[in-house]
Amino acid sequence: MARSGRKIPEVNSSSMADIAFLLLVFFLVTTTIATDKGLTLTLPPKADPNQPPPDITKNERNIFKILVNSSDRILIEDEPVTDISGLRERVKEFILNFGKPSEEYVAIYNTLPAPLKAMSKKDPASSDDPKEAVVSFKADRGTSYDIYIAILDELQGAYYEIYGERVGLTADEFRSLDRKKPNEQEKYTIAREGIPMNISIAEPTKIGE
Amino acid sequence: MAKFKKKSNTSQDIPTAALPDIIFMLLFFFMVTTVLRESTIMVKQSIPKATQLRKLEQKKLVSYMYVGKPNDTKKFGSEPKIQANDAFIEIDGIIQFIEEEKGKLAEHEKDQITISLKVHDETKMGIIADIQEKMRDANARKLMYAAAKRAED
Repeated sequence: MARSGRKIPEVNSSSMADIAFLLLVFFLVTTTIATDKGLTLTLPPKADPNQPPPDITKNERNIFKILVNSSDRILIEDEPVTDISGLRERVKEFILNFGKPSEEYVAIYNTLPAPLKAMSKKDPASSDDPKEAVVSFKADRGTSYDIYIAILDELQGAYYEIYGERVGLTADEFRSLDRKKPNEQEKYTIAREGIPMNISIAEPTKIGE
Repeated sequence: MAKFKKKSNTSQDIPTAALPDIIFMLLFFFMVTTVLRESTIMVKQSIPKATQLRKLEQKKLVSYMYVGKPNDTKKFGSEPKIQANDAFIEIDGIIQFIEEEKGKLAEHEKDQITISLKVHDETKMGIIADIQEKMRDANARKLMYAAAKRAED
């Protein structure tokens, strides 16, 4: 045959990889992997309309008050503050104050690791023990959501840091404990023992609407 | 140097013919594993940032509510609205929505339902407080404020 010496025609496919790469990058950039992450909270049960709200007999010293008004100004323990950077430390000191602990809490205090013991100031004007200590957070209907989240984040952070430190973990590691695994569940229980997360979120005031 | 000269007539090219196949495989992997959102979000969404995030353990127990200003402000106004599934709902419709979502779950899981609130960060707290009140009424007490990760300073 006359044509037998001719080369087989070839399509240049070297740029195929580039095209595929481009598609790949497009998908990588546009896809947001669904992330179900956030601050968790359990709401109190529905208030019984037949029963008046229970009287609060707590001592003032056992309540750490945070108020935010409709123009996002923050009041911590009746003092106006401009930023919330020191809030987490203050809350931790408040929870771990052990001003007048019951016998049970003297025992719990003794089990705490040294850095947490060091936070305890035993100030009689602050909380009695972690069970009595309540962090009260009240916003207004006109407060912005991101301020609310930022403060709630700090409050939960304070508790998670305490829990983590009790079992030798960071707050991040504590939060990612898998409670389905027995050894991690055990750590979780030890960490939370005697220190309930007493964050009370009051119904917002209605000034800002 | 005669030792090295021997090899010089062999081809030095790495065959790249299989490269597109490999990349296509990666591409298909991403295309298949990506779950596209089943409902279009009709409200503005810019999720606040936080540090103390927790993952939700069981996804089937989660229902989503989106809160924010409507994208189409001419049609729906500029007040924040609540979107559940594909439609806007009013505050009074929340209980019904939660009941419907609970209906999809098995009996013992009904109390475990978790509502994930995806709220635009410029929203005011008023509407959130109303939603929480209705959630308590509907006995759906587990709540999550969806948030994105912020690097801790």
